[in-house]
Amino acid sequence: MSEEYIDLTGKAFDRTPVSTLAPVREVLRSCIQCGSCTATCASAYAMDYTPRQLWHMIRLGLVDEVLNSKTLWLCSTCYSCTLRCPRELPLTETIGALKRAAIRQQVQGYKESRNFYKAFVETVRRHGRSEEVEIMARYFLTTNPLMAVDYVPLALTMLRKGKVQLTMPKIGGEGKLDKIFQKVEEMEREQ
Amino acid sequence: MKYLYYPGCSLKSTAQEYDISTHAVLAELGVELVELDDWTCCGASAAETASELLSFVLPARNLALAERAGGGQQLVASCSACYVNLQKVNAHIEQDSQLLDRINEALSVDGLEYKGTIQVRHLLDVITNDIGPEAIAAKAERSLEGLRVAPYYGCQTVRPYSSFDAPYLPDSMDRILLALHAKIHPNTMKAVCCGGTLLTTKREVGLKLVTDLVEAVDGADCIVTVCPLCQMNLESYQGLIAKKVGHPVRMPVLYLTQLLGLAFGLSKEQLGLKHNIVPMETLPALQAEEV
Repeated sequence: MSEEYIDLTGKAFDRTPVSTLAPVREVLRSCIQCGSCTATCASAYAMDYTPRQLWHMIRLGLVDEVLNSKTLWLCSTCYSCTLRCPRELPLTETIGALKRAAIRQQVQGYKESRNFYKAFVETVRRHGRSEEVEIMARYFLTTNPLMAVDYVPLALTMLRKGKVQLTMPKIGGEGKLDKIFQKVEEMEREQ
Repeated sequence: MKYLYYPGCSLKSTAQEYDISTHAVLAELGVELVELDDWTCCGASAAETASELLSFVLPARNLALAERAGGGQQLVASCSACYVNLQKVNAHIEQDSQLLDRINEALSVDGLEYKGTIQVRHLLDVITNDIGPEAIAAKAERSLEGLRVAPYYGCQTVRPYSSFDAPYLPDSMDRILLALHAKIHPNTMKAVCCGGTLLTTKREVGLKLVTDLVEAVDGADCIVTVCPLCQMNLESYQGLIAKKVGHPVRMPVLYLTQLLGLAFGLSKEQLGLKHNIVPMETLPALQAEEV
């Protein structure tokens, strides 16, 4: 495997090491570049690199281009590519791994996506369940409080229809899933 | 028939009409649903961005609770994202026994352990295959004749783990609705993704997806779905869709259980119809009885 990529990781290039994506590169070894993934992807039209291109870039070792790609955050985890792949590669889960790698490498773009997921996970840690009002409050506060304005009509409709209730977010105290989250963090640090 | 029931977070808030109508309709069909005690979020599509292990541990916590409830009962999920996440645990531990050990190490802080014995079912699977079109038609007090229904399955109901229906052109809902004499509006996009959380994180992209989906069933009287996120995305953004396409859009999006309940003659209250944003009254075949 090591022979088939351009090694751009020398100090002079100031690039993220190719090893960052080692497990993902291993998964994609048998990709035949048929493009079934791209053909079946509902949001491929809006991506900067199509799924097929992204897999090849990973094999070429273009780590920074991959981790900064918009493509990762346009995947809606619909599993269409996974089921269409003639090599039966776990492509949707691969995008998940790339999202994690991008967050770990502190990619700066795509604040909306990163903050939304973070708001969701933190709310679940605290309450054990997702609570829309708190997720959105956390999301707006960490992204751009002014964006809340865009959501006012929808929020009012949801309130009027009894779909959401306004509750004050609970701050402080032990979260419902704190212990499990802490244990998972500890285990992942050790690995 | 008796099942353990995992409603998932949405069914207790934005999709409460799905929860309400599920209980009403299954009770009518003689099916007992026992809500899983102390259940927590499955992690949706968010947990995997934080941690791979967490994306297994969160759903596994609920599988462990289901095992503890005993009786070898099957666990029914009504939300398609929950269904996929719960199934994902079972699929992965079968391939990787060390993963189960790691999951259980994490769950041990909550005094829980999962042995891998819980069979997970989608509510649609139970309705179609355990109950079946004949039993449902036998319960119907009203025919849906004349109603043009566009079933929309979305993605995770039928991908990647569903063994009960086809991943790209599913027909479980079609078969139920045909038994009630509804007319099925042809829809080749019935298993194309609604965009999930993209409506929040990448509005323009998500909006194009739901616009295409709603436009594809133009002429239908309503869309019927079995996933809370699909329902919300297709129903809540119709004002923006209308702006995009330049003509008014008013497409009711019902949960399958709500439409079944109407056929059974259940009341609006029993089906939580007041929570739907695009009202029911626009359904021509039911108009007379609704007013």
